[in-house]
Amino acid sequence: MIAKAKGHAQLADTFTADEARARWHDGALWFIRQKRDRQAAALPEWESLREMAHQIKAYTLENLADLLEQFERAATQAGAVVHWAADAQEHNRIVLDILQSNNVQRVVKSKSMLTEECHLNHHLEQAGLQVVDTDLGEWIVQLRNEPPSHIVLPAIHIKKEEVGETFHQHIGTPKGNADPTFLTRAARGHLRQQFLGAQAGITGVNFAIAETGGIVICTNEGNADLGTSLPPIHIACMGIEKLLPRFSDLAVFTRLLARSATGQPITTYTSHFHGPMAGGQLHLILVDNGRTAIRESEEFHRSLHCIRCGACMNTCPVYRRSGGHSYQTTVPGPIGSILAPARDAKEHQSLPFACTLCGSCTDVCPVKIDLHHQLLAWRKEISQRRLLPATKKYAMYGLGWLLRHPRLYALAGWMGRKALRWMPRWMIYHRGNAWGMGRELPVPPAESFRAQWRKRSSASGQPNSSRSEGARRS
Amino acid sequence: MRVGLFIPCYIDQFYPDVGMATAELLERFGCQVEFPEGQSCCGQPMANTGVTTATAPLAKMFVEIFESYDHVVCPSGSCVSMVRNHYEDYHCGPRWEAFKGRVWELCEFLTDVLKVDHFDVSFPYRVGLHRSCHGLRELRLDGCSERMDAMPSKVESLLRRVEGLQLVTLDRPDECCGFGGTFAVQELGVSILMGKDRLEDHAKQGAQVITATDMSCLMHLEGLARRLGNQVPFLHVAQILAGRSLPSASKVAELRK
Repeated sequence: MIAKAKGHAQLADTFTADEARARWHDGALWFIRQKRDRQAAALPEWESLREMAHQIKAYTLENLADLLEQFERAATQAGAVVHWAADAQEHNRIVLDILQSNNVQRVVKSKSMLTEECHLNHHLEQAGLQVVDTDLGEWIVQLRNEPPSHIVLPAIHIKKEEVGETFHQHIGTPKGNADPTFLTRAARGHLRQQFLGAQAGITGVNFAIAETGGIVICTNEGNADLGTSLPPIHIACMGIEKLLPRFSDLAVFTRLLARSATGQPITTYTSHFHGPMAGGQLHLILVDNGRTAIRESEEFHRSLHCIRCGACMNTCPVYRRSGGHSYQTTVPGPIGSILAPARDAKEHQSLPFACTLCGSCTDVCPVKIDLHHQLLAWRKEISQRRLLPATKKYAMYGLGWLLRHPRLYALAGWMGRKALRWMPRWMIYHRGNAWGMGRELPVPPAESFRAQWRKRSSASGQPNSSRSEGARRS
Repeated sequence: MRVGLFIPCYIDQFYPDVGMATAELLERFGCQVEFPEGQSCCGQPMANTGVTTATAPLAKMFVEIFESYDHVVCPSGSCVSMVRNHYEDYHCGPRWEAFKGRVWELCEFLTDVLKVDHFDVSFPYRVGLHRSCHGLRELRLDGCSERMDAMPSKVESLLRRVEGLQLVTLDRPDECCGFGGTFAVQELGVSILMGKDRLEDHAKQGAQVITATDMSCLMHLEGLARRLGNQVPFLHVAQILAGRSLPSASKVAELRK
């Protein structure tokens, strides 16, 4: 793959060019971050829950192969059919095979970032099937032919007026009606028909329990429940990292997930599936698609702890002001900027740099992934794989060389400050000075600290050290 | 107590008074301060770009220059975190291991080592404290809003000992300013918007001056304020604790010409 034609910075600059909209987007997500804070603060055991979740996930990944086999045995015993997919193509082929062998034409799907990652909709539509996303946000972006911009809030980038216009075009709501309650009811009415006509339901999986062979799906809209209880065929697609060892582990995660994701104490629906409905089929597709490679990486395996709550996106000051689409990946934001380069470092080389290393994501993450350290580690990896843009690389080599020679550095600093003081403004502020495009440079002092210190030390007769009489006030 | 003064490169070049204020504070509380001239930079710009080979020699240089001091003190949480938390990636070995615990950010040195409980200075203004991220989340100088295990704020505890100083409460107490090193030039649009949002929060709360433990954040915010015609002055925490007066409006205006 070649690098994306536009990196994150270019797309982010386009997003921030509409400052009012960027601030609206920032405010919407900050609101969720604050809701999360209030919920987290209400649990005295919040930090120990995070630590527990971290330990459980670390254990799971350490013993993944055994736990997956245990899960397969238990799920099969409960009547599910377990399929294994090495990559996205195999996953899509398995889903299509199941649907075609059952003569399915119409499918409803609840939210699944895995199927987004595999571009399943496109694959099924090309084969002539109809797929309807039934999560409201997912359905809105599906109608608009856009990818989701957030993993929990797929349409967070779209304003209600734009949703009104989309619904007007696609389902004939009155033009200009942007009342959220009205639009939600219109969507419900339309989607109800899709549920009733569906021959199969596809869902994601929030948690799979090795001990019981059961899967757990969390939604706020109940759309996964409708989509799996009306049609007789349920296909559940999951990444292999979604596993938990024991049923009792689940409580730790359900307590963390909704609080972190949307600031709710729990999702409206937390549904458990053990085997198919009477007379129906339950297919579980366990997908690798690059996860084993990440698991084997010393540096990045902890990114597989992710439970896809989206808290790192809601807290990320860059994500909030650049929008999910600027990342050009299914999973955007801090965690996406770690997962995407693992898939294709060249294509996504700009993402680990779309970050100030502020560390907010690391402290908000409910499973304690050291996100900002992994982003820093990816920068090193990108440099070592020679994927860094040449200008950046040579600028850093040059600066590093200069700083290794303190006298030359001091001289260069003196010359630079001199030049800044005497050069006319047009020679300093131009398109080549990216700093100056948005801000002023600092006012250069006549003397550096080291020059002042030298004078002060010689005045006190003690080279390179404190004045004997102590503090000087100025 | 022999203290090696570690002055980050951009403070050396652009904000000498921050270095002076740091030295004065340390001396006032009985330290024998030395500034080894062989120092230049901790290597963070190269490290955060991922260019390991350009970073390692600077890390090695740093350890050699500073390891003989009882303590090393620096008026920047970001540079201290680089040395204390990230040098292991640059093959500094046991010499660094033995010495990293003696490298301090100024505020934590004042609270944890010198245990300073008075400054005898007054600063009768409403102060907006920008909590610089690396000091906050890598050195834990303050408790951050994401975590629920409340940690005492070292920086605030010091500022509260300054007579007349009033800290303002921000809407977003610890959001990043958008500096982020090379991020500031590479992700210009987001960086500028983040900075604007911080400035507006401080202005809304009536801050008469903005301070921080890291001058790099203030360099970004000040540059942006000057471009926007915002008159708020900026001082490093060290300058306030050392008893510097607020730059007068005319001085600020002169700087902004």
